[in-house]
Amino acid sequence: MALKIIESCVNCWACEPLCPSQAIFEAHPHFLIDARKCTECEGDFSDPQCASICPIEGAILDAAGLALNPPGSLTGIPPSRLAEAMVEIQAR
Amino acid sequence: MELKVLGQESLPNAAGGCASSGCGGSTDQLAHLPEHIRAKVHNHPCYSEEAHHHYARMHVAVAPACNIQCHYCNRKYDCANESRPGVVSELLTPEHAVKKVLAVAANIPQMTVLGIAGPGDPLANPERTFATFRALTEQAPDIKLCVSTNGLALPEQVEELCKHNIDHVTITINCVDPEVGAKIYPWIFWNNRRIKGRRGARILIEQQQKGLEMLTERGILVKVNSVLIPGVNDEHLKEVSKVVKARGAFLHNVMPLIAEAEHGTFYGVMGQRGPTHDELQALQDECAGDMAMMRHCRQCRADAVGMLGEDRGAEFTLDRIEEMEIDYAAAMEQRKAVHAAIEANREAQRRKSGESFVSLASLMPKKKELRPVLMAVATTGGGVINQHFGHAREFLVYEASAQDVRFIGHRKVDLYCSGGDTCGDAETALQKTIRILGGCEVVLCSKIGYEPWGELEEAGIAPNGEHAMEPIEEAVAIVYREMAEAGLLERPVEQPTRASA
Repeated sequence: MALKIIESCVNCWACEPLCPSQAIFEAHPHFLIDARKCTECEGDFSDPQCASICPIEGAILDAAGLALNPPGSLTGIPPSRLAEAMVEIQAR
Repeated sequence: MELKVLGQESLPNAAGGCASSGCGGSTDQLAHLPEHIRAKVHNHPCYSEEAHHHYARMHVAVAPACNIQCHYCNRKYDCANESRPGVVSELLTPEHAVKKVLAVAANIPQMTVLGIAGPGDPLANPERTFATFRALTEQAPDIKLCVSTNGLALPEQVEELCKHNIDHVTITINCVDPEVGAKIYPWIFWNNRRIKGRRGARILIEQQQKGLEMLTERGILVKVNSVLIPGVNDEHLKEVSKVVKARGAFLHNVMPLIAEAEHGTFYGVMGQRGPTHDELQALQDECAGDMAMMRHCRQCRADAVGMLGEDRGAEFTLDRIEEMEIDYAAAMEQRKAVHAAIEANREAQRRKSGESFVSLASLMPKKKELRPVLMAVATTGGGVINQHFGHAREFLVYEASAQDVRFIGHRKVDLYCSGGDTCGDAETALQKTIRILGGCEVVLCSKIGYEPWGELEEAGIAPNGEHAMEPIEEAVAIVYREMAEAGLLERPVEQPTRASA
């Protein structure tokens, strides 16, 4: 059982100091989680700390590869609205 | 009112007195403040409207993590060529930040203030923030330190802040009501959990108010920043102004929301508009009855360097500062001399403009009501008119009346769109500038070309290059007097000028 940080991470450092297992480390192009150390915070906190402070939707996945913060869950922007806005911006 | 949550039943009425710059002929909006506070802000460009003409500031981006989400923020900090709050191109370690500060202070001796403002929240990154402050207190004792925070972690950090002898703190407070807060803050991170909606907003508000009180009790000056979000907190900000004043904040800075879809923020993507110049100023005027309002804020980048409204950050990138040899002891001597010269110049300007106000009033004692006039000024700093019209990226707007000359605000020309439906691709830079100067009747600059001269006149804005290198307020007063003498100010006012800035 381990969580994973993927490429949408913006390296904001918020998760790193919170990890009770020191499993998160600075890496390039984005931060990483050492799967051998990650406990998903079990025994320490009720919620995985990295996923609870991460501001980027979809940047942290669980062992099954599912986003702990799925699209729309943090920003409140409905995914369909975001897609529409992207199309509008690219059409300019 | 949600104040009961915070254990306060009622608020004292706003003290009377004057909060505007024009009061008593003074040119400083902070003139009503007690002497010990004025002494603290005297050289601080972000706090004193007058000081911002003379002194520079810098921000270092050492604090990327944040413990809340705001709907106007997107924590991406790698956008090139953008100038807006929260955006930086280079995240610094505390060691690099200290090096950069010493390099800037040595090269820009007008630099008096170092701030840590993000991206992220400085107090959500206490180790990085305080490591920077500690080193600077030791190595650059002549630089003022300040910090800007969302307030969530403020109460627990107040003691540590006090140790570092920081005498200014800015708290961003957009609401005092969790209902409003839930529309601005989707979540906070608190006690190891993400807390959403109203509950999160309530905790944030409580922490902000508690932190504000703790700071003012300890004699630390607190400025409150509020982002004006039309339809969300516009009416509510009057209440915010009252509440924060009652808790001891000395200055309120209401800033316009910046929300473009391409910034990827909630407000940007969802089409929330920013306020117009009129709306911003109307609200600032209303809040001004309760406390000193800041009107010269440029909403600068979180790694801005130089005078307000300019950004010299590109001169001090990491690889450039690595090559610089800084003798800070020598730099400190030079800084001292430069500051003394600035002070002598300020004193001279103050005396001079004091005289011109007297003569302005005495020249027009019996005339009927003269209408006020808005004038735009092109300046690169120093409190004088010293910029070519075509080079100005922003204009300072002053209102002249028979009583005084008052600083109203600034208008950016090309940094980002200031809103409005008329902004289209076909618009030339000059047309855009003219639109942005709408409501102004005069534009004062050091020089102006033939083509813009004609177009400005056609738009009803008189170009004026006759007061180059003269102190701004004095020149504005002279031009106003000339307009009065020419009989230009007695025609009926179609609409209140003040509301159109």
